[in-house]
Amino acid sequence: MSTKKTLLSIENLDASIGDKNIIKNLNLTIHYGETHAIMGPNGSGKSTLAKALAGHPDCEITKGSIKYKDIDLLTLPVEERSNEGLFLGFQYPIEIPGLSNSVFLKAAINAKNKHQELKDVSATDFIKELKENADMMGINQSFLSRGVNEGYSGGEKKRNEILQMLMLKPTLSVLDETDSGLDIDSMKIVSKGINSMLGANTSSIVITHYERLLKYIKPDVVHVFHNGTIIKSGDHMLARELEEKGYEWLTNE
Amino acid sequence: MDPENNQVSNPEIDNLIEKNYEYGFTTDIESETIAPGLNEDVIRLISKKKDEPQFLLDWRLKAFRHWSKLKEPEWGHLNIDKINYQNISYFSAPKLENAPKSLDDVDPKLLETYEKLGIPLHERAKLAGVAVDAVFDSVSVATTFKKKLLEAGVIFSSFSEAVKDHPELIKKYLGKVVPYRDNYFAALNAAVFTDGSFVYIPKGVRCPMELSTYFRINEANTGQFERTLIVADEGSHVSYLEGCTAPMRDENQLHAAVVELVALDDAEIKYSTVQNWYPGDEDGKGGIYNFVTKRGDCRGKNSKISWTQIETGSSVTWKYPSCLLRGDNSIGEFYSIALSNHHQQADTGTKMIHLGKNTKSKIISKGISAKKAQNTYRGLVTIAKNADHSRNYTQCDSLLIGDKCGAHTFPSIGVNNSSSILEHEATTSKISDDQLFYCMQRGINEEDAIGLIISGFCKEVLNELPMEFAVEARALLQVNLEGAVG
Repeated sequence: MSTKKTLLSIENLDASIGDKNIIKNLNLTIHYGETHAIMGPNGSGKSTLAKALAGHPDCEITKGSIKYKDIDLLTLPVEERSNEGLFLGFQYPIEIPGLSNSVFLKAAINAKNKHQELKDVSATDFIKELKENADMMGINQSFLSRGVNEGYSGGEKKRNEILQMLMLKPTLSVLDETDSGLDIDSMKIVSKGINSMLGANTSSIVITHYERLLKYIKPDVVHVFHNGTIIKSGDHMLARELEEKGYEWLTNE
Repeated sequence: MDPENNQVSNPEIDNLIEKNYEYGFTTDIESETIAPGLNEDVIRLISKKKDEPQFLLDWRLKAFRHWSKLKEPEWGHLNIDKINYQNISYFSAPKLENAPKSLDDVDPKLLETYEKLGIPLHERAKLAGVAVDAVFDSVSVATTFKKKLLEAGVIFSSFSEAVKDHPELIKKYLGKVVPYRDNYFAALNAAVFTDGSFVYIPKGVRCPMELSTYFRINEANTGQFERTLIVADEGSHVSYLEGCTAPMRDENQLHAAVVELVALDDAEIKYSTVQNWYPGDEDGKGGIYNFVTKRGDCRGKNSKISWTQIETGSSVTWKYPSCLLRGDNSIGEFYSIALSNHHQQADTGTKMIHLGKNTKSKIISKGISAKKAQNTYRGLVTIAKNADHSRNYTQCDSLLIGDKCGAHTFPSIGVNNSSSILEHEATTSKISDDQLFYCMQRGINEEDAIGLIISGFCKEVLNELPMEFAVEARALLQVNLEGAVG
């Protein structure tokens, strides 16, 4: 492990939403190529962590630091975090009526290209790649010209999040309960998309309630979140243990 | 949650308001401007300067006498400073030694102005295949592509030229759709209009290119009163686009235009407007009063008139492009985006008057207000007793940005025929912080995110614009909204 390069390093982090302190003294290190699962009961602060990483304006960092690719992440505005390769898969993807998926995605890719001083993506390359990825995610071509998440079912929205992730090729994906509300077929498709992204130079944080997603995505590390911090970490066997015993045996300790 | 913290604020974007209006330059060009004031002598002078036939002068004078008896209307949902009609100069023309015979003879400074506006007459027109008639203050400066159009039998010229070259057509159609008695500003326009565009598409002809007019107010203290008349003869088709800009000036300037469209049997007219007159500064100082009467007469059976308007400029916009659906099976459409920022006020909408049988109308109105702006949709749909099986669909959407602006909807519906169907839908929404955050999490900065969300909101209307102008319109919407959030 020690030879691995660090991608993300969270130290002594406190974060609050409104007046409420939610994340408390959190420490977490993620190396390149690792997948970390974050599990925990409702209200344990999992989604707040996702917000803190993405720079959501409601989330205030009151203490500690986050280093990402050796950059002080907390100094970067939301869009630059994204352009530096940080992707947030939303628990509740937002609808933007009338704005077509493909126009939206192209704008996002070109924003990233601009940030990296690259040229705009060519229309043909973009469409080719979009079609391939849409096929993998079982998304019908007609969806691509529809409004972003407009009138999508819960499962369609989640698959669309993963499609966006595949197109944007992030370095760190933070997937906030991507598995919630998915039937077993959608879960398999979504997992396939996530697995296709994993590699030596990418990492992901998979936030989930249930172990079932982790049957398809093998995490390197499983963390249990409680009261805004990590109370236990282990390998994927920990997830199985949680599935069998619930969280109580840990939270009551 | 504290609403103050609920906003994604960005002082940099706020600063962009300052450079909001890109077209605020004036052109240093020698002009012939008559002294301010309005009386019969001024009207005679205008008519004489334009070398007009007697019938036109008589008509102007009748209009003026009628106007003198009228009171300015006050029913708009608008705050307007009193206009002193005696302080306006009613004629201003760029002084040219000789009238230009071709584009090469046009004063290079004028052409430079059009370059700044993004319409180099030479190249752009050729590239886009667009024929452009440009009206600078009161007179039409150059009409490109006239020859090619003439080969197709299409007449596209300045109004003044048409009066000289086709007096019979002018006499036949002028003031027939919008009579000078129609309203206060229509009467004023009839009395003092100085130029505009005239289009005639002969029977069965599909106009080979988009026709386009650019209007520009340059001189201080002048009003612009242009008149556009488009006649589509049986079975013909034409698409026409007008664009407007003006310099930034502290005083309000008046623009009171009249547009008349006539579609005969099986004819179709598509009329698009991109209006970006100077809107005034962020304190509401200056800007154009845009009081325009636009009406289309679907006179023939199976005729169709479609209005598309992108209204982003002017301090006050007060207009209702309308359709008189007289011919059986005729169709009227109105697609509108009205964007108001800062202290801008827009009271706009349409009238669809169903007279013929099986007539159809469709109204899609998108109002966007930001800062302290007020945006009003006012619509009238009337279905007459004999207009059997007529249909109207109205969709009225308002988008609010911030919490100090307002959106108002005043629909008026009158149905006198039981076989007809009307539908009316209205929504009001806000650009949510969630939408902005979602876009920004995908790497798109706030400014571009607002542009994308707005273009999504306006999609149905933008889709109606001719291709080459849709891109421009999107950019315009975004520029006019800079600094709207935060």
